[in-house]
Amino acid sequence: MSRSDSHTGPHDGRVTLGVPRWTLLVAALGVLFIMLPIVGMTLRVDWSRFGALVTSEAAVAALLLSLRTAMMSTVLCLLFGVPMALGLARSRFPGQRLVRAVVLLPLVLPPVVGGIALLSTFGRRGLLGETFEVLGIQIAFSTTAVVLAQTFVALPFLVLSVEATLRASGARFEAVAATLGATPGTVFRRVTLPLVLPGLLSGAVLAFARALGEFGATLTFAGSLQGVTRTLPLEIYLQRETDADAAVALALLLVAVALIVMVATHRPRGLS
Amino acid sequence: MTRLWSVRVAVGLAAASVVLAGCAGTAGASSGATGASTEQGETLTVFAAASLTETFTELADRFEAVHPGVTVALNFGGSADLVTQIREGAPADVFAAADARTMAKLSGDGLLDGVPVVFATNTLMIAVPADNPAGIDSFADLAAPNVDVVVCAPQVPCGTALPALEAAAGVRLAPVSEENAVTGVLGKVTSGDADAGLVYVTDVTSAGDAVLGIPVPEADQAVNEYPIAVVAGSEQALLGAAFTRFVTGATGQTVLGAAGFGAP
Repeated sequence: MSRSDSHTGPHDGRVTLGVPRWTLLVAALGVLFIMLPIVGMTLRVDWSRFGALVTSEAAVAALLLSLRTAMMSTVLCLLFGVPMALGLARSRFPGQRLVRAVVLLPLVLPPVVGGIALLSTFGRRGLLGETFEVLGIQIAFSTTAVVLAQTFVALPFLVLSVEATLRASGARFEAVAATLGATPGTVFRRVTLPLVLPGLLSGAVLAFARALGEFGATLTFAGSLQGVTRTLPLEIYLQRETDADAAVALALLLVAVALIVMVATHRPRGLS
Repeated sequence: MTRLWSVRVAVGLAAASVVLAGCAGTAGASSGATGASTEQGETLTVFAAASLTETFTELADRFEAVHPGVTVALNFGGSADLVTQIREGAPADVFAAADARTMAKLSGDGLLDGVPVVFATNTLMIAVPADNPAGIDSFADLAAPNVDVVVCAPQVPCGTALPALEAAAGVRLAPVSEENAVTGVLGKVTSGDADAGLVYVTDVTSAGDAVLGIPVPEADQAVNEYPIAVVAGSEQALLGAAFTRFVTGATGQTVLGAAGFGAP
């Protein structure tokens, strides 16, 4: 991608790119559309109670659980997502397009459907549930279920991001390394991984953010119990039943955490 | 990449057109509602707790049958959703809640016209998967180790009665999950992931063969009351009051009784 950018202007980047004025106007409207609801919500925060609301025992338990599970899910996404992206971008096999479509499915599935799908697979009476039961492992109602639900919805973000980077960077350097006698393992470690690092990082941030916001699949598949399965989004939804102020305060906390993570780590490719 | 992008654009356009079509539909419906003040084609909008879905759908049909020209528009949902919608100005004429606490939120905000009337009661019952894998047959069995019990969180109507029930039965539960809605409890019991759940008697009735209901003798000491009221500022206050009387009257009580609700 950065390569194709080079013909749009001199490489020192001093010259302003010729963006038509009207696109800026439309873009500003788009930004407002996303920002205004967040601002509207912030205006409803009861600041006199904010500190107490976000430090309540339930809120802290939910936040810690959310951070812990989202991190575990991101690790799982990296572990499985990078080889998946590699397979999709660098090899040819029958049914490849179908496989890609399947991998992207969690993006379009309503989360509750994802939850039902996971339940019918890893649930006690699910496809694999009985096998796990025999091994003495019960996934439903455990933190493992939360991590599975989050990984399920976040994985496509990582695969998409890494695959796009792989395709944009091309296979030239890898081919050169291979002709110089590097084994596939060495090419992967020394050439491919450094090459896709930016895409890997932004993909991991997106996956983490998506995992942090996961709600429907968790509620359906994992249940809701403080400190075990009740992540921040579930706590917000529950607080809304009795204390709208608490729900808004926690929502703001979630927004703040997500913003901090994304601003601190997310650098789109092409920017350095 | 090009293919991927064109697919994305196509998906985006399809989504946008669905959204726009949805907006058009809503606009049409609401303009229909505002234009309904003529004698012919009046619309009464009723917001009701999700646990009333089946009974109120039937009651609305029967109400329409005895009030020609009246259409009852129903909106079912969780109590928090409905309260939020009414607070934010949703055009509700009548509100039927699943517990007194939910109704009190609206009366506290001055959003009710008159005093709410209790039209039905509901009690808790144990629901187990049809084959009852954990061999549950009393409330005390739920406290045994290795029994996965799912309940409603204390914040939602179906969980309000639980502490009273635990006190009456002298048994404290250690649930594996506290759900946001009774449907969440029922879902985990029907799927077999939970060994037992505490739901309303009416949920066991409507779930049919999917679950087995086990009565709890102490349940009558933890009764949930369902109140109904006309919403303040309703343009259909008279019709709303008529609907309220219909629900508390003979027809209403017959339909509700058949579904397992108790009389007020």
